[in-house]
Amino acid sequence: METKKTSLYQLHQDCNAKFVEFAGYQMPIQYSEGIVEEHKFTRNHSGIFDVSHMGQLFIYGGEDLIKDLEKIFPLDLKNLKLNHSKYSFLMDKDAGIHDDLIITKTNEGFLIILNAACKDNDFKILKELLEDKYKMVLDENRSLIAIQGPKSSEILNDVINGVKDLNFMSGNWFTFENQKVYITRSGYTGEDGFEISIANDFVDQLTRELINKGSKLIGLGARDTLRLEAGLCLYGHDLDKDKTPVEANLKWAISKERISKGDFIGSDIIIKQLNDGVSKIRVGIKPEGRIIAREKTKIFNQSDDHIGEITSGTFGPSVNGPVAMGYVENEFSKKDTKVFLEVRGKKHPASICSLPFYKKSYVKGVN
Amino acid sequence: MSEVKYSKEHEWIKLDGDVATIGITKHATEMLGDIVFAELPEKGSSVEKDGTAGVVESTKAASDVYTPVSGEVVDTNQAIVDDPSKINQDPEDSAWFFKLKIKDPSEMDTLMNKDDYDKFAKETSA
Repeated sequence: METKKTSLYQLHQDCNAKFVEFAGYQMPIQYSEGIVEEHKFTRNHSGIFDVSHMGQLFIYGGEDLIKDLEKIFPLDLKNLKLNHSKYSFLMDKDAGIHDDLIITKTNEGFLIILNAACKDNDFKILKELLEDKYKMVLDENRSLIAIQGPKSSEILNDVINGVKDLNFMSGNWFTFENQKVYITRSGYTGEDGFEISIANDFVDQLTRELINKGSKLIGLGARDTLRLEAGLCLYGHDLDKDKTPVEANLKWAISKERISKGDFIGSDIIIKQLNDGVSKIRVGIKPEGRIIAREKTKIFNQSDDHIGEITSGTFGPSVNGPVAMGYVENEFSKKDTKVFLEVRGKKHPASICSLPFYKKSYVKGVN
Repeated sequence: MSEVKYSKEHEWIKLDGDVATIGITKHATEMLGDIVFAELPEKGSSVEKDGTAGVVESTKAASDVYTPVSGEVVDTNQAIVDDPSKINQDPEDSAWFFKLKIKDPSEMDTLMNKDDYDKFAKETSA
């Protein structure tokens, strides 16, 4: 299958991007300044991420759709306010995670942002679960960019007036060049920022205007170091079908109201795990010194028993040291528990730590 | 002091008497991206031509560092372990990796000169 290009491909080339194939797309891994500089620029100023490879699924419907989606997602969608977003998961009956996603209530139904590698399968699953009752569009005609970092609000507001008044995890329709764009105040870097859904034909112009105002394109490499410092999961690594949201330490994203009713896919397992506990759980892991423990690194306890595995690990440019997360047996998941990481045949000391590694600076309320 | 030679694994080597200084090339650092971790061989240990003699890691991945000739490690550059970003800044001079007392000077003959290496680097990265 030929790899796809996003509508920003030319701009990426103009900015000297190095490309990698990711989920069937040619995506920029980094630009000329490199991952560390791009990472820091996002934390200190403002970075633009092309995330057009991600799925933008619009599902159209009213009250019935809300009821049907509540059978699928562990969310209180009935009481979710218009234009508000929630982080959630598409699970199988054993509460294994097919995908993690952001769902937003719009005036016409819901917009769900899906991972690129999962979007086609998610579409199939949802279409089947919703029994083809609703119009569903996995929109290939729209691009998605994220602008993240402390200066992003000012920069984006200069181009699209009014966005600075959005609250974290809420959105609205705006206009750019007479085009309807849907903007949410969200992102995946741990910084204040926005995600912008815009017609393919206009994304190049919008992005160039944002660059002119002082933002910069940032590649997937820095996106990964930023999200890991922020303690956020990457599907296919920290989350997959063999892990449940409770094991992933994401129970905060499951609605209490919905747990009490327990009528969504996977709810039996979720409720059982919430009551009885889990055998493995996702934790933050801070290696001592500079050693980097990458995905699949084995974790041992002080008696040299194999107690888990790293699922994401890299060097955190803002932390200025190695950072990792992984799953360990529950009894070793307490903060400050000393563990050992096997890297290139040698065991290196590390400790369990709380997430995030880097403090988030989301804007909770600006009004 | 002899001319600088290069290996297909993107190391450079400079011989001074029977002591060789070894590091990774600028081209290698450009391919790796930001280097954030470096591990060097132990002083006093012996390394064999084309064997592993260290590791560098970028934010993306780990890569082995090989030694282009055999010998005994007589010195290592702690400065690049303490601040691996030095490797990106000055790879072919102050950010050397280790020094070897070489075993067999004829091993130097198997390596490339600068022109050949530049050609090789260009061809292999195209």
